[in-house]
Amino acid sequence: MHIVDGALSAPVLIGGAVVATGGLALGLRSLTLEKIPAAGVLSATFFVAALVHVPIGPSSVHLIMNGLAGLVLGWAAFPALFVGLLLQAVFFGFGGVTVLGVNTVAIALPAVMVGLALRPAVSGPDARLAALAGLAAGSLAIVLTALTVALVLWLSGDAFLAAAKLVVIAHLPVAVIEGLVCAAAVTLIHRAKPELFAALAGPATLRPA
Amino acid sequence: MSHILGRSAPTSPGDSARTDGLIQALDPRTRILAAAGFALVAVALTSLWLMLIALVMAGLAMGAARLPAGPTLRRMAMMDGFIVVLLVMLPFTVPGPAAFTVLGWPASWAGLEQAAAIALKANAVALALLSLVGSMDPTTLGHALARLRVPERLVHLLLFTVRYIAVIEAEYHRLRRAMRARGFRPRTNGHTLRSLGYLIGMLLVRALERSERILQAMKCRGFTGRLPLLDTLRFSARDGVFAAGLIPVLAGLLILDFAHVPAA
Repeated sequence: MHIVDGALSAPVLIGGAVVATGGLALGLRSLTLEKIPAAGVLSATFFVAALVHVPIGPSSVHLIMNGLAGLVLGWAAFPALFVGLLLQAVFFGFGGVTVLGVNTVAIALPAVMVGLALRPAVSGPDARLAALAGLAAGSLAIVLTALTVALVLWLSGDAFLAAAKLVVIAHLPVAVIEGLVCAAAVTLIHRAKPELFAALAGPATLRPA
Repeated sequence: MSHILGRSAPTSPGDSARTDGLIQALDPRTRILAAAGFALVAVALTSLWLMLIALVMAGLAMGAARLPAGPTLRRMAMMDGFIVVLLVMLPFTVPGPAAFTVLGWPASWAGLEQAAAIALKANAVALALLSLVGSMDPTTLGHALARLRVPERLVHLLLFTVRYIAVIEAEYHRLRRAMRARGFRPRTNGHTLRSLGYLIGMLLVRALERSERILQAMKCRGFTGRLPLLDTLRFSARDGVFAAGLIPVLAGLLILDFAHVPAA
């Protein structure tokens, strides 16, 4: 869900920009320069994942995968998803300029929250627990994103209240889809390369040359 | 090389001369600042007529950047598709004198006006952004942002992301082709979701392994934690002329809007 320019009120836009700047600062602090190649390539992967469409009956939705981004990237999900949104706005025309802060908060803050809460469960030894945590992370992140979008719409005027409710309802099936896809992705990573969940979390593994 | 972000670096200097418009002759920083300034002014406008002027300005920018009108406007239409539901609901949720009724639901003039305002602003800003900034090479965008004092780590992250989107996308298509060869057809069922989940998990695993090789290769070549930005960005007389033209127009829009000169 991209909010466009012109819909939100000035205080909401400024508030979004301030929170996004804070999140970016925290996210960048965790990114030492040795981790930037990993963060960049993973950020590119999440950009590509957002181009994957899942058919729903005659229509289709594209994946967002911000819950998985939170699990894999932790705080670095903030700058990584910001970069994705910036590129989408600039090169695809999705989103806008003044709403970039709000859009970043709506996508990245839920990612970081579910990432911090559920990362211990997905990186543990129990595969079933990891899959369940993946399911929770994928769907919870979408629900939180939808609630954030609804909140900023509602804060911008009572006229948007109906639209805000519609956003939440429309995202419920998306939350189910994202949860199941995220659970499958976590299951595969857990089996094939569990250290992925710690790649950007721990201290720098490679000392500066 | 086809790049998903549209324009990749021109393969030869002659190439770029053929497709470049007036916008491309400007310094990338000028284009970024112009797009940001335009967006702030467009969003602040309250008069529909002035928003229409802003949309026309964005259209002129598209022409000056020599963007192909068809694909560019199709992108705009896709963006409009996202917001059309929101816009259609507004006349029925904004209180005010009724313009018409649909199945007994009154649609207010105030709501229609607000929906029109959002549509005009959103399209004007998106078109200006695509024309001014979207028409540059993504790597140039990173360098220009660095020169505009965006934090170095964020710029590095952007440059890495831009560099590897095409690589990962090629990898994604390879895996999808392999799935298709094994009879995979996406449908609305659990098998599809599980398969796509495994696909994304696999992409992430390969991405991390690739990033380990990248870091080793970079260290081998003396990477010490900084990427030198080798470019020659320089403001020229053209940028001065552009700014001298744009700033009074944007200021004029704001003043006219503040004074409510046109009856809107």
